[in-house]
Amino acid sequence: MNHRAIRAIYLFEMARTWRTLLQSIVSPVVSTSLYFVVFGAAIGSRISEVEGVSYGTFIVPGLIMLSVLTQSIANASFGIYFPKFTGTIYEILSAPISYFEIVLGYVGAAATKSIILGLIILATAGLFVPLHIQHPVWMLAFLVLTAVTFSLFGFIIGIWADGFEKLQMIPMLVVTPLTFLGGSFYSIDMLPPTWRTVALLNPVVYLISGFRWSFYEIADVSVSVSIGMTLAFLVICLVVIWWIFRTGYRLKN
Amino acid sequence: MAFLFQGSADLSSWMVRPPPQPLLLSLAAIMSSIISVANLSKTYGSGFKALKNVNLDIKRGEIFALLGPNGAGKTTLISIICGIANPSEGRVLVGGEDIQTSYRKARSLIGLVPQELHTDAFESVWATVSFSRGLFGKPKNPDHIEKVLKALSLWDKKDNKIITLSGGMKRRVMIAKALSHEPQILFLDEPTAGVDVELRKGMWEVVRGLQQSGVTIILTTHYIEEAEEMADRIGVINKGEIVLVEDKTTLMQKLGKKRLTLHLQNKVTALPESLSQYELELCDGGATLVYDYDTQGERTGITSLLGDLRAAGIRFNDLDTTQSSLEDIFVDLVRTS
Repeated sequence: MNHRAIRAIYLFEMARTWRTLLQSIVSPVVSTSLYFVVFGAAIGSRISEVEGVSYGTFIVPGLIMLSVLTQSIANASFGIYFPKFTGTIYEILSAPISYFEIVLGYVGAAATKSIILGLIILATAGLFVPLHIQHPVWMLAFLVLTAVTFSLFGFIIGIWADGFEKLQMIPMLVVTPLTFLGGSFYSIDMLPPTWRTVALLNPVVYLISGFRWSFYEIADVSVSVSIGMTLAFLVICLVVIWWIFRTGYRLKN
Repeated sequence: MAFLFQGSADLSSWMVRPPPQPLLLSLAAIMSSIISVANLSKTYGSGFKALKNVNLDIKRGEIFALLGPNGAGKTTLISIICGIANPSEGRVLVGGEDIQTSYRKARSLIGLVPQELHTDAFESVWATVSFSRGLFGKPKNPDHIEKVLKALSLWDKKDNKIITLSGGMKRRVMIAKALSHEPQILFLDEPTAGVDVELRKGMWEVVRGLQQSGVTIILTTHYIEEAEEMADRIGVINKGEIVLVEDKTTLMQKLGKKRLTLHLQNKVTALPESLSQYELELCDGGATLVYDYDTQGERTGITSLLGDLRAAGIRFNDLDTTQSSLEDIFVDLVRTS
């Protein structure tokens, strides 16, 4: 394995984060804080507890997931799209590095950034609401699994996109709505039965439910189903990436 | 501008040489091909055949110039050898390693300077060159990076962001990136496109320095004089096919024509019938007579021409001869292929 190449890509991508600190870290933290102010303090004060947890506390896992999902996709898709856009991808393709190692470098960096961001938001949330994490190891496991899975998804989008519009399209039109409708700000038990059934078709529901369980032991669906669904999405992403590199889709002529 | 490349003479001291080997083996290695392309074809999804059954061997340590008009298949050929494009058919060996089944070993021998200036605009020169070295699996070696940057006169720009550099400097950054991992083969795809004459000559010095250090160089160029100046061998590609591969001097001897120009004492309006066999051309309003002849022909025809001119009463004050350039040869080849 070409460890040095993985390290080079990883550090190159991480360096981009520090160079764009405002955009990469500060901006998501500010917007999440605003969510706490609006939903937690202003609206939340008028909402009673959800399954024994105050509303402000209840939305913390959902808000972290919201940022982790969107930032994983944004980081990974931009990470691989930008070399394609500038043409520097030639160097990656001509280097003695396997496809697996390329993915490890880019997705590893994107997931690392998201995990750091998730932990910063968690710390920020602690300033607004009292927090107690029942299963910290599971919390970290869900965080890492989600960050990796959606970074893989972002990598696929970055390969697929042949313009900045397409790069934004999936995150804006698909991921953000699914995240908002995936129980970030409510329990799907609060929905009418028909909509609850529809909500179960949304894969984000399972991520947020499992993540919330690791905090408060309350979940919309069973934890094993949450893990299973996340792993299934991870495998689908891996298969798609394997196919991309096998065929050279949008990378090699 | 030549001062920019004053460090290039030192290049031979830092490129990695193959480990010392017994004389016979070394001679054998020198004579062997470092790149071997066999029956290589490339058909794009649109059905366009960019390469048609290309066979080519590049000798270790030579400077090989690949000439061809736009769209001839030069960049496609390089892209396949370097791993950027997939071949449709055929096989390529680099240093004896198959580029597909043994791609790690094959690619680690190659440095590529692409035609376009693809750079990370917001990275520093030092960071981007170091990144390239890491990408090729080499351990950190600040001394080597320093030598490369100094040889390319980029040392004082090492902390500058690439976006702030001029086009010529960016081109040198691309070369520095390609040399960062001490390759044995360097591909230069149109290395001096858009570069001013002085800078171009400076780059030629760099390339010569690299060759002296044992690096095999394959360059594509539109500038015929560049191939004429630099190359040991020349390959001409047209419409996806290798039209010719030849030693440069042999090529110029074999295909080169000479031109005899006679400056006449008195202007001539028309040539007599007795001179029609020479296919002469009257120029300068009849003041100059031009005769093209083949240097490799059994007879040049000059002696009989001069005799026939005297018999026809046409006298001249002066004469000169010129050899056709590689450009003339190239244009002829492409036109007839």
